[in-house]
Amino acid sequence: MSVKANSAAMSFSVVLADEAATVSAGRKFGEALKQGAVVYLEGVLGAGKTTFCRGVLQAFGHSGAVKSPTYTLVEPYVLDIGTVYHFDLYRLGDPEELEYMGIRDYFQESAVCLVEWPVRGEGYLPCADIVATLSPLGDGRRLELQAINERGAAILILMS
Amino acid sequence: MRVLGIESSCDETGVAVYDSEAGLLGHELYTQIKVHAEYGGVVPELASRDHIRKLIPLIDEILKRTDSVGAIDAVAYTSGPGLIGALLVGGCVGRALAYAWGVPAIGVHHMEGHLLAPLLEPNPPAFPFVALLVSGGHTQLVEVKAIGEYRLLGESLDDAAGEAFDKAAKMMDLDYPGGPHIARLAEQGVAGRFKFPRPMTDRPGLDFSFSGLKTFTLNTVTQNAEANGLPDDQTCADIAHAFQEAVVDTLVIKCRRALQECNMNTLVIAGGVSANNRLREKLETALAKINSRVFYARHEFCTDNGAMIAYAGCQRLMVGQTEPLAVTVTPRWPLDQLSHL
Repeated sequence: MSVKANSAAMSFSVVLADEAATVSAGRKFGEALKQGAVVYLEGVLGAGKTTFCRGVLQAFGHSGAVKSPTYTLVEPYVLDIGTVYHFDLYRLGDPEELEYMGIRDYFQESAVCLVEWPVRGEGYLPCADIVATLSPLGDGRRLELQAINERGAAILILMS
Repeated sequence: MRVLGIESSCDETGVAVYDSEAGLLGHELYTQIKVHAEYGGVVPELASRDHIRKLIPLIDEILKRTDSVGAIDAVAYTSGPGLIGALLVGGCVGRALAYAWGVPAIGVHHMEGHLLAPLLEPNPPAFPFVALLVSGGHTQLVEVKAIGEYRLLGESLDDAAGEAFDKAAKMMDLDYPGGPHIARLAEQGVAGRFKFPRPMTDRPGLDFSFSGLKTFTLNTVTQNAEANGLPDDQTCADIAHAFQEAVVDTLVIKCRRALQECNMNTLVIAGGVSANNRLREKLETALAKINSRVFYARHEFCTDNGAMIAYAGCQRLMVGQTEPLAVTVTPRWPLDQLSHL
């Protein structure tokens, strides 16, 4: 796995050969998220977003299954090291529906919020610190991590 | 005892009247699939708002049609697991009606409803059995000794089988829900052109994983895509065929293994995916070889419905299990936490 830093450590790009590499990249990323963060996950169906989240959760000490939150919208993980909320907004019809599920309560400073399909919640979601994009590349994936603000940049520096 | 059942845990609004002596008197379903098809999935709040709109007229209708006005002895409603907003609609309506009529209310576990649905059929299975609960939200193997005596044998570690069907369908631009569309397309497919993996079948255990199959489908669709972004019609049919075979084979292998581990010879399949004809066919063949049988509900009772809730509620009512004067819904509720009869 080669990690390349560019444009003043504001973004990282890495090629992931398989599922194991995706989990491992998630774990490495998770190690840098201990102070909390809002992370948007971009990528088509089957790109590996939930698999990447499994790695992040492992960094927080979660060893069990990471079920797709597609039908539940959010899966909370309250762990010794911190709290991680795994969202999947795939089924949202209107961003306003987030208000009905009490979205504001989830986004606390210290929590890690991993948000799949953030575009469906536009206008009701807080801004991302980091946008993680997974795109198919041959049989593997390319992962790009982009810092959106200073908090995000600090996380990427921690990773390098 | 005559029980009104209400189901509103997800995208279906269902009501039914079940009589402990006469059996199922009738059921009504209002499906929101047309509303959801537009979005390629269930829309939670939209769904709960629609339950509000549909529930009272549906109840009116079923009470009249089954000649049950003034004759209901209890109201059963789905109290979990499911989407909280949707559950609350059925819970509030059910509890309030029971209070107004001065009869008991019963909160029913949605998955218990599903696994008991085949008992509504003539020649129902006898306890004990192994149940495969397989739908858009769940893929679980459960040992069922009696009503309320459940032991989880294995489950999906990521996506549910029905969710994999929905998402594979979406990748090929098919409508929601994906299962029936994939199944129909698969009939035109040529066997053997694509070979999909059978996830987690080469190691021991009864857990499932369908996320990798979704990724494999995406890669296959992308690699065979033409200028419009989709493979040609025949290729889509071949992919649908290979995908369905992979899901079905994986489910069959684990069901057979679960029966052997529990030393049982009766399998019950329930939930939306249990309506899949290829799954039924392959299970029948595979189980015949090990002297076992598979039972399932009629198609309309595989997906969410009020009949299974009325039936499950009636079983619990008859041993005196009812709810206090409060509405409690439980969006996450493991099946093995249920009380025995």
